[in-house]
Amino acid sequence: MAADTAAIAIPSSVVDAKRRNARDARADGLFRWIVAAAGMFVLLTLTGAALSMLWGGREAFSTFGFSFLWSTEWDAVNHKFGALVPIYGTLVTALISMLIAVPVSFGIALFLTEVAPNWMRQPVGAAIELLAGIPSIIYGMWGLFVFVPIMGEYINPWLNDHVGTWPVIGALFRGPPLGIGMLTAGIVLAIMVIPFISSVMREVFLTVPTRLKESAYALGSTTWEVVWDIVLPYTRSAVIGGVFLGLGRSLGETMAVTFVLGNAHRLSASLLEPGNSIAATIANEFTEADSDIYRSSLIALGFLLFIVTFIVLTFAKLMLNRLSKQEGAK
Amino acid sequence: MFTSIKTRLIGVGLAALIGTAGMAQAADITGAGATFIYPILSKWSDTYNNKTGNKINYQSIGSGGGIAQIKAGTVDFGSSDKPLDPKELDEAHLAQFPSVIGGVVPVANIEGLTPGKLRFTGPLLADIYLGKITKWNDKAIAQINPDVKLPDANITVVHRSDGSGTTFNWVNYLSKVSPEWKEKVGEGTSVQWPVGVGGKGNEGVAAYVNQIKGSIGYVELAYALQNKMAFASVQNSAGKFVQPSMESFQAAAASADWKNSKDFFLVITNAPGENSWPIAATNFILIYKQPKDAARTKAALDFFKWAYAEGGKQAEELDYVPLPKELTSQIEAYWKSEIKM
Repeated sequence: MAADTAAIAIPSSVVDAKRRNARDARADGLFRWIVAAAGMFVLLTLTGAALSMLWGGREAFSTFGFSFLWSTEWDAVNHKFGALVPIYGTLVTALISMLIAVPVSFGIALFLTEVAPNWMRQPVGAAIELLAGIPSIIYGMWGLFVFVPIMGEYINPWLNDHVGTWPVIGALFRGPPLGIGMLTAGIVLAIMVIPFISSVMREVFLTVPTRLKESAYALGSTTWEVVWDIVLPYTRSAVIGGVFLGLGRSLGETMAVTFVLGNAHRLSASLLEPGNSIAATIANEFTEADSDIYRSSLIALGFLLFIVTFIVLTFAKLMLNRLSKQEGAK
Repeated sequence: MFTSIKTRLIGVGLAALIGTAGMAQAADITGAGATFIYPILSKWSDTYNNKTGNKINYQSIGSGGGIAQIKAGTVDFGSSDKPLDPKELDEAHLAQFPSVIGGVVPVANIEGLTPGKLRFTGPLLADIYLGKITKWNDKAIAQINPDVKLPDANITVVHRSDGSGTTFNWVNYLSKVSPEWKEKVGEGTSVQWPVGVGGKGNEGVAAYVNQIKGSIGYVELAYALQNKMAFASVQNSAGKFVQPSMESFQAAAASADWKNSKDFFLVITNAPGENSWPIAATNFILIYKQPKDAARTKAALDFFKWAYAEGGKQAEELDYVPLPKELTSQIEAYWKSEIKM
């Protein structure tokens, strides 16, 4: 009797297992498809957006050819357009913002994870995340009504008198004390991206195993040595991801920049002079773009923003790869 | 009551014909275009809705957008601060008529300057905006402003960064009074500015002028008044210095040569007349001559007819100038002869 049931039970369990295997394989396949679709969705939207912008800008590209890239002309009356001024403004403001935001965010994240007393870490961390949620137009209005007068009244004249007299670099800091301009835009951008970069940095610094840090401390390291030799190498790729997030936001920011950049289509060496950025130009002029070539040029600008962002991020990635290779060879 | 049933029946019939749904209320008039008239249109449509039950749904997407939308036939009327020439109107089968008048005024930020004190001539404004006059105590400015204490400071030019009808009227005026401006810069809703910084919208220009010492800008009168800015008087084509005001805007609208302008294709800057403000601006409505849905176009025209007759007071409250009587009767005659309803 017992042998009998066993004889029946074994094949039935084999059948069950087979059925289960088949079902698992099906579920696995389905799962793979769903996840792949989610991944493809990103690629599809990206190429779709880029291609539709290329298509919308085809008239501008075919009319102006490559000179669209380096012409400083932006004349809606005579239908002559060139993208150099907005491209330059976009790159310069993003560079200024990164020069300020990366070290400051690094400092904030370090302070919160290594130095600050425990009771302080949670509230300050929450405050930073709150800052990241403020809409950009608020930064723009704050920039225009609060920060611009300070720049115009105190900082620009001081820069003119003290830094403006230096050779070479001085040319960057000579100009009318308007308060608006590329430097102001860069600083406002820096304030906007600091919460992004620092909250990512803080998050990943917390993932460093305490064992590692404590070992280093036990060997007599200073806090700085622990951070530089243990925390940073351990979290490098995530930190870079955070910096890229901020850089991407800097390159594409629209409203805040429009408020404080001055929106003038002129190329000038001085950071105190007004300039223009790609996103600001599109936001300003799209509604009243009354000729086809005008609208097409603006869409072409949008496509160039894609390209510029892509090149900047690739370049940064390559540079960092090289750095880490050198590190490995050491 | 009868007409509303009729329009509804037509609406249903059309919906069945072209196979679209959702035309539940035929008297829901849609429009799109210039931001300039948005405040007064929403006020008018609110009052009109209370009176007649007809709704005006206006999207202030800018003149360029308004022209594109009416040409695409997605709205019942479009609105533009820049008139289309008769040829373009003809090609698109559109009619055009003015809706309301406003004015652009130069404003300056000079310490101790009170509104209305400073004086400009047209060529002087053009030279400042060309970057030829760069100091406030320049002889050309000092000569016509003996009563104003002009500082030895640089002039910072402020202009609009976005395309705008305000800019169009401003540069149209500069083109009329300065051959050099016409040749070097020209006119349009946005131009290549030789000098200066750009503020977004009237409020952006007002904010920049208020903050940058020694700056000059141009805004619609309402913004100059609301922000208590030091606006200036400008010499008109009759050689008189006039202050920007309802009266001088109205004088410009009345003295402009509407009678001989086909499809009201006329920009009333530099208008003749002793009391005319030289930079008055008109907003225009665009509408189909042979509309697909005559009832909706008729409803739109009824609305404007009502606005001309009864909306004047509300317009003035918002610092707009209602159209003069002769002009509105000319417009109504134009509707009868040009638009098939």
